[in-house]
Amino acid sequence: MTFSFLRTRKWKYQKPSRIEQDKTVRRRIKYESELDIGFREKIAKMAWGERLDSCMQCGTCSATCPVSHYMDYTPRRIIDMVRQGFKEEVLNSFTLWVCASCYSCTVECPRGIKITDVMYALKREAIKQGFHPKRFLIPMLASKFYKQVLRHGRQNEGRLILSLYLSANPLLLLRNSKLAFRLWRRGRMKLFEKGIRNKASIRKLLSSIERREEEPVQ
Amino acid sequence: MKYIYYPGCSLKSTGRPYEESLLAVFKELQIPMEELHDWNCCGATSYMSVDELKAFGLAARNLALAESQNGINGNGDPDVHIVAPCSACYLVLIKTERYLKEYKNERKAVIKGLKTIGLDYNGKAVIRHPVDVLFNDIGLESIAKHIKKPLKGIKVASYYGCQMIRPFELFDPVHYPVTLDLLVDKLGATPLDWPLKTRCCGGSLTGTLHEAGMRLNYRLLSEAKKRGADMIITTCPLCQFNLECYQDRISSYTGKKIEMPILYFTQLVGLALGIPEKKLGIHRSFIRFPNFQALEMEV
Amino acid sequence: MTSTKQNGEVRIGYFVCHCGHNIGATIDVLKVADVIKNLPGVVISREYKYMCSDPGQEMIQEDIKEHNLNRIVVAACSPLLHENTFRRATEKAGINQYYFHMVNIRENASWVHVDKAEATRKAIDLSRAAIQRVFFHQALEKKQVSINPNVLVVGGGISGIHAALTLAKAGKKVYLVERDPTIGGLMAKFDKTFPTLDCAACILTPKMTEVKNHPNIELMTYSEVEKVSGFVGQYKATIKRKPRYIKEDVCVGCLDCIDACIYKDGKYYDEFNVGLSKRKPVYIPFPQATPQLVVFDPEACVRLKRGKCKETCVEKCDRDAIDFDQKEKFEEIEIGSVIVATGFQIFDAKKIPYYGYGKYQNVYNALEIERLVNSSGPTGGQVVMRNGEVPKKIGIIHCVGSRDEKTNIWCSRVCCTYSVKLAHLLKELSGADVYNFYIDMRTPGKGQEEFYNQVMREGVHFIRGRVAEVTDWAAEKEEQGKLIIRVEDTLIGVVRRIPVDMVVLGVGVEPHSDADKIRRLFNISCSTEGFYLEKHPKLAPFDTASDGVYIAGGCQGPKDITDAVAQAGAAAAEALALIDKGFIEMEPNTAFISEDNCSGCKSCIPLCPYTAISFDEEVFKAKINEVLCKGCGTCVAACPSAAIDQNLFTNDQIYNEIDGLLKYEIV
Repeated sequence: MTFSFLRTRKWKYQKPSRIEQDKTVRRRIKYESELDIGFREKIAKMAWGERLDSCMQCGTCSATCPVSHYMDYTPRRIIDMVRQGFKEEVLNSFTLWVCASCYSCTVECPRGIKITDVMYALKREAIKQGFHPKRFLIPMLASKFYKQVLRHGRQNEGRLILSLYLSANPLLLLRNSKLAFRLWRRGRMKLFEKGIRNKASIRKLLSSIERREEEPVQ
Repeated sequence: MKYIYYPGCSLKSTGRPYEESLLAVFKELQIPMEELHDWNCCGATSYMSVDELKAFGLAARNLALAESQNGINGNGDPDVHIVAPCSACYLVLIKTERYLKEYKNERKAVIKGLKTIGLDYNGKAVIRHPVDVLFNDIGLESIAKHIKKPLKGIKVASYYGCQMIRPFELFDPVHYPVTLDLLVDKLGATPLDWPLKTRCCGGSLTGTLHEAGMRLNYRLLSEAKKRGADMIITTCPLCQFNLECYQDRISSYTGKKIEMPILYFTQLVGLALGIPEKKLGIHRSFIRFPNFQALEMEV
Repeated sequence: MTSTKQNGEVRIGYFVCHCGHNIGATIDVLKVADVIKNLPGVVISREYKYMCSDPGQEMIQEDIKEHNLNRIVVAACSPLLHENTFRRATEKAGINQYYFHMVNIRENASWVHVDKAEATRKAIDLSRAAIQRVFFHQALEKKQVSINPNVLVVGGGISGIHAALTLAKAGKKVYLVERDPTIGGLMAKFDKTFPTLDCAACILTPKMTEVKNHPNIELMTYSEVEKVSGFVGQYKATIKRKPRYIKEDVCVGCLDCIDACIYKDGKYYDEFNVGLSKRKPVYIPFPQATPQLVVFDPEACVRLKRGKCKETCVEKCDRDAIDFDQKEKFEEIEIGSVIVATGFQIFDAKKIPYYGYGKYQNVYNALEIERLVNSSGPTGGQVVMRNGEVPKKIGIIHCVGSRDEKTNIWCSRVCCTYSVKLAHLLKELSGADVYNFYIDMRTPGKGQEEFYNQVMREGVHFIRGRVAEVTDWAAEKEEQGKLIIRVEDTLIGVVRRIPVDMVVLGVGVEPHSDADKIRRLFNISCSTEGFYLEKHPKLAPFDTASDGVYIAGGCQGPKDITDAVAQAGAAAAEALALIDKGFIEMEPNTAFISEDNCSGCKSCIPLCPYTAISFDEEVFKAKINEVLCKGCGTCVAACPSAAIDQNLFTNDQIYNEIDGLLKYEIV
């Protein structure tokens, strides 16, 4: 797995992106002992994941997905890998993080699988189990966002991006400074903003909503 | 009936012109609306990726607040209509409502949590998008009566984005939504028929997976341009931001100059209703539509 | 358990079946037999592995003789399967078959429960109910009804044609009713048939002519069944004859009137060419239409619409066959049995907006392609698209409208094979590069897989993946002006965009939109998807729950010509078996009136759907005609003075059955 597409500075539009090929010869086989048998059931039991088993691998999800060409495994493959218990591959995959939640797949799926919600379930599982790639922006954004809302009750786009880029790659900050300035000049960005009045209530609310592990969605 | 306005975080920062124009248009059309007191962030897509139940709890607080603000707990008006202009907020709130309706244990847990901060949720709040309100409650005909400056001669590509119309088919067909096009037509402009009106702009990917975000936006912009659009109108602050603010960067990547004004649909409605540009937040755009002045001259 | 209706001492034999594991695995059969043994009246209680086997039946017969039994209860499978078996066994041992009663502990207990103890309890309850019921059983005789040998065949597609011909050849009079102006159905529109590439018209038209010329077939085209009444052996049907505005017995099919019509060119949607060409207000569907009669379209003909026209057609017709004053006619026919072969319709691809059918002119459905590649079609067999060009690259999308929860959930069975056939024909005729997009390739049946293999070797591309979108927005230079198919090549795992000139939608099949209306005429049930329900999915796929009504072809489910013809033959043979027996035996489940209780209120008379009840003015009581009574029970329930009772379902029988059912013991 490489991050090469993330590093691309400039892309020449005319050239269609090549399929990344792993040049090293590697032995590939999956033994049953490496699979996680309960993975399928666990994901299926999360909200709106019930219909995983009816997938017929038609690939509509992948074809309708606007970002599937940035994924290491197409959504269709993720679904089957979940079913077969390929837990590590799935939770390590970029696919989960590339998903932009546009719901095209959910709308088109001929078997009524709520694929976007399955992706959410996998993202949560990956964060919980510490699987997601380090310094990868998307899961980092999610957790920064989570913390900011917990603290202020609201989210501030300027500060969110600032803190994300600071901890991930300060160079990105430099690259986006012009954009930030232009936004600020037009009154569309503030770094300081009051949160909600009753900030404690948010924390109280969220800490009282804890789902116990053994209590799956029914 | 008074609508309850749930702005969401974006409309207070990058989406400020959206808020300004929305409020101005609603005022012009005499639609009563008041802001939800002490609303909090809906949780958006990011929160859902971390903790699902908490995400629903967070969104449910807003629903509960709206219900109590409209006196749902008493014997008052049971019609609680929340207007959520940001598509992400709109969908998160709707999903929360459906989720809490469908899953019993989770509903109990969330309501228990809400009770600890003195709130209750009855599932009565209806979540509405401003497009839905203008189209179905107000009606195109009565909007037409208020038009002072018909937008003749402008070709407008309506961009519906994702989360306003997917995954639930609420007020527009998922595959081929039409409400905005009908609205544009009513305002006197020419709606553009283009196949990408519901294709994703990448959402937050523009900030995190830059190349993917840029490419998606390039596709949208170039297709609209190719089909002769004078501007794109959006219904979501993130779509508007993505399409507008990265245009210079996309131009430098591709070597093709793209200058496409991206407006909120409320700004377009506002212009037709004769509301001054300043009140609609047009001055906050990066790319100005050159002909607005001419338009005003025409009338 | 004392009643005046008991005839002598009741001696019950109870037999419970294991049905292998079907019952035995879930129900403790030994325990059931044990409990029932102790009930009053039960002389003997036995269990056996397969009660329906010869040894099982012999066991019952021997017990009847040895223990002098006069009531038999068998607890086993559904009475639909083996009631007759055991009735026959009972009769053979010398007692009336209606002293036998069957309890269903398989479909009603073992198959639908997992808890063994509870299922056993249910089996005991059901059996106890039956034991109490048989006390009140009486000796009855079956009644016989004669059979009208005439048969009504509804639908003139290949199934209806084949069934009608089979019956006619056996010497039976057949009424073949078709709602279109010609018989031939969908098959007449096809070009070649898979997998042998036989010309559809070449094999169909001889059969059509045979139908026309057969003395035993009365062909009623442009007609619809309006009303059906009666019962097996004695049906009456009203047929609506739509006006063609042509005297059928005078017209010879010279077609001069078509040439003479004031419209110089076709202007109206041509049903036969599915809109690829236009026809005139007066037309014949296609050159080999049977019967060779023209039709005037009342929606299009100026004379019929406005009452005024130069009437050039009338002038031209030297036989004076045109009659603009024709009206709808209704004919009544008497038949003994019916074969319903109304076929299916193709899925409307407009319901899937993202495939662009109706939006992009070069997106076609498969039936349009059948006409396009047909040498008698609108282009004379040239593959020319609506924009006048010959396609260089063609995409064929399978499973359009099929296997999708939002449209039709079922596999339409013929689309894979016809798509392979169309790929072959399109490639052969146009030389284009053909891409097939499939989810799963389903080519069962004789010669089908070989044909698929042959087409693969012809260089047709097969890509496994369901197409997500057909669009005209170009991302690359070579995509400009083309239709772009976006699909995941699932075997490679990569999303592809394939620009093509022409898209063919392999639309699935579904029940006719008015299938429900026709089904109600004949009292046929339907499955959830709307196809007509057969009596048994394996052993009676041509029979229905209505006696004397058979189904064949596409109305029963998606199928190809081969299977439709086979099913039509089977349905015809079944009808022949019924006819040649000459009579049928009816269950003696008729209602009867106890005159002592009848108050003469007449409320039952208008309720009877079979007009079996009359009123005897002399004694001022109602009377039921046993021959006409079908045993529906409506009058029994309606009688305010409870004077009507029904054989096989007398009040005593039902009340005691309920009583037995409710006497459960808490375990």
